[in-house]
Amino acid sequence: MLMSWLPQNVSTFGTDIDSTLRLIIFIVGPWFILAEGLILYFAIRYRKRPGKPAVHVRGETFRQAAWVLIPGVIVMLLDFSIDNASGRAWDEAKIESPAPALNVQVTAERFAWIFTYPGHTGAFDGKGTYWSMGKLYVPVNQVVRLNMRSMDVIHSFAVPNLRMRQDIVPGRTITAWFEATRPGNYGIQCTELCGFDHYKMQGTLVVLSADDFAKWRQKHWPSAPAIAINSDAEGANK
Amino acid sequence: MSQAAVISHAAYAEHAEALGFWRKYVFSTDHKTIGKQYLGISLFMAIAGGFTAYAIRWQLAWPAAGIPGLGAITPHAYNSLVTMHGSIMVFWVAMPMLLGAFGNFCIPLMLGADDMAFPRLNMLSVWIFFTSALVLLASFVAPGGAAASGWTAYTPLSDTWTSAVWGQTMWLFAVALEFASFLIGGINFLTTAFTRRCAGMTLWRMPLLVWDEIAASVLFLLSVGPLVAGAVMLLMDRLLGTGFYDPSKGGDPLLWEHLFWFFGHPEVYVVALPGFGIMLEIMPVFARKPIFGYRTIIYSTIVAVGLSLIVWAHHMFVSGMDPRLATPFSVTTILISVPFAIIVFAMIATLWGGSLIFDTPMLFVIGGLASFIVGGVTGIFLGSAASDIYLHGTYFVVAHFHYTLFPVTFFGGYAGIYYWYPKMFGRMMDERLGKLHFWLTFVFFQATFIPLFLAGIGGTPRRVFMPSAYPSFASLQPLQVMATVATIGLIASQIPLVVNFFSSMFRGALAGRNPWRANTLEWTVDSPPPHGNFPDPPVARRWPYDYSVPGAASDWLPQVAETNPPAGIKVQRAS
Repeated sequence: MLMSWLPQNVSTFGTDIDSTLRLIIFIVGPWFILAEGLILYFAIRYRKRPGKPAVHVRGETFRQAAWVLIPGVIVMLLDFSIDNASGRAWDEAKIESPAPALNVQVTAERFAWIFTYPGHTGAFDGKGTYWSMGKLYVPVNQVVRLNMRSMDVIHSFAVPNLRMRQDIVPGRTITAWFEATRPGNYGIQCTELCGFDHYKMQGTLVVLSADDFAKWRQKHWPSAPAIAINSDAEGANK
Repeated sequence: MSQAAVISHAAYAEHAEALGFWRKYVFSTDHKTIGKQYLGISLFMAIAGGFTAYAIRWQLAWPAAGIPGLGAITPHAYNSLVTMHGSIMVFWVAMPMLLGAFGNFCIPLMLGADDMAFPRLNMLSVWIFFTSALVLLASFVAPGGAAASGWTAYTPLSDTWTSAVWGQTMWLFAVALEFASFLIGGINFLTTAFTRRCAGMTLWRMPLLVWDEIAASVLFLLSVGPLVAGAVMLLMDRLLGTGFYDPSKGGDPLLWEHLFWFFGHPEVYVVALPGFGIMLEIMPVFARKPIFGYRTIIYSTIVAVGLSLIVWAHHMFVSGMDPRLATPFSVTTILISVPFAIIVFAMIATLWGGSLIFDTPMLFVIGGLASFIVGGVTGIFLGSAASDIYLHGTYFVVAHFHYTLFPVTFFGGYAGIYYWYPKMFGRMMDERLGKLHFWLTFVFFQATFIPLFLAGIGGTPRRVFMPSAYPSFASLQPLQVMATVATIGLIASQIPLVVNFFSSMFRGALAGRNPWRANTLEWTVDSPPPHGNFPDPPVARRWPYDYSVPGAASDWLPQVAETNPPAGIKVQRAS
């Protein structure tokens, strides 16, 4: 039910992030209902009634305290199962970085996103670079690596459909990656308060099919280095 | 208590008679007056915090309409409102209410002491706090407006890039003063709890509120130092041209994030523990039943304090820190659910088999507990590093922390107000108005934040001037409107409290010493207690939760009662 509020997932690691969310709902949901249900039930069942005094139970002996300690231990074991799933999904999204088919430099500057595509040599400052304001064009089913830097304050690059978010700290180059699985246009937002027009700092991720990407490249970025794109799909990213 | 203490106590009480108006009500060293002063300031600041909430919510629902009472605002002013709302509610409402007001009022009374260990220092703390509130409020009219870089004041936005040049500096001074005030207060709480307990008041007979107040004070003392240092470095960056956080001068903005959250996360528990303490203290009185698992709760609290010091980087999973740090912090964060789950289970178990009386304080306790559980379970989603990638920085976070902090601050604080008001002012609050206040607050609180959970799951980012400016989230705008309508209802729901609070001072029924038939020591003296509190030093002969003891004449046995079982200063153990 809650999951239906999520925007469509279009990334590879997004599937595992969504299953982590689903697992947590599955684990905490019953505890939540149990706790709230007991509060409601006890509030009705044990309301003050004439001739019905309260019982004197201190819960200080181990036998009695076990009623709260054993559920506590179960909570701890369930916590570890969440840690396990969460840890794997995190590693996939943030630590294991597959070899990219395309490198793009992301420059965050109050209040805009600039995406720079490398020149002949593969460098971002050499001849033949192409830059795009606010629109990030990528091919579908290819690993894209982002080299992100900020010119001023901390920004955060977020694409909800990719289940992706990464802060960009001035003074550092931070890398991130994703592989989009479905062509379409998806919103990019800055999600770290960066000043008065923070809310205007938006962009669009344009995921193109292999053919469309080739056409786009022909037209806008003819200088694309051979090494940057492996257009015969599947090869580079697996 | 020794003979000397009795004599000095008598001299103290005599001295109190001679005090003029200013020394008695304004520059008072009496912990009860100081507690009321903290309460007054926090309730006044809650009005300011509530107004910012209203302005923020109106802007989010109807950005084009202009805010009634404030007019159209700029995006910069919106950021100021967001920053000030968070700062006011955490530092100038929650802390003075839960630590300042109830800590000061209750600790000496509950421990059978005549005052705090350092009464003059106590007076200093409240006046430093008052000054900090003035500095903060003055920053609203500073050139460039109030601070606008969030209550977290991330650098370099709060450094060279903010246009609130004056506001940001004043914010830093105000926060530093506030910290100084609560450092002094915390030292006072600790010293009082360890040196001023009356005869027979062993640690294991201290009421849970006192335990929670001192646990919160210890945590505050441990965590605030690094942030004070961090704030001084930020002030130096702003005023003296140093570059602690400026990468072009070799500094690093992530340093601020670490220092801020090393304090910022424990701060949540600094607020939450006293809120829980109030709920734990009130629940047995209205269940007519001992708290379930007194020592289990205390040990869980200590574990929570320890764990809360090693979870801070869960605010920074996607901050650009080494991603290999995320999983260890994720594990500790999710683990903190265990002590809190145990405390919550213990509270639920206290209800079991009770004889529950639903007076207003109890309604706020149960409503607060039921609401806090929502905050607890949603915290797991954010504590998991993987799902935090998606939910971080969205309205889900906003809804989550309001579901943790609102129940402890307001449900807990209101429960405390309704419960201790008779002791503070000698008269009862009106029950009908109290119940009305509870039900309206409870319903509108849920109605405010449930839509924001959904907006967050949908991906809407927080701290944005106009959520409708995002094409992808335009369809979620009705949720923002729902939350705003409910917020206005929530603020209007506080009218019965204001009416009740002031009219009961004059028209409320006289409370007598112990209107709730409660066991702790503050209920053995007059309402309000005289300066010096106890005409004769009390002796604690049992733990505070002897309700419905089989064979006892009444369903409550005050801590001073000698009968059944016989007196003794050994720790009471469960049968």
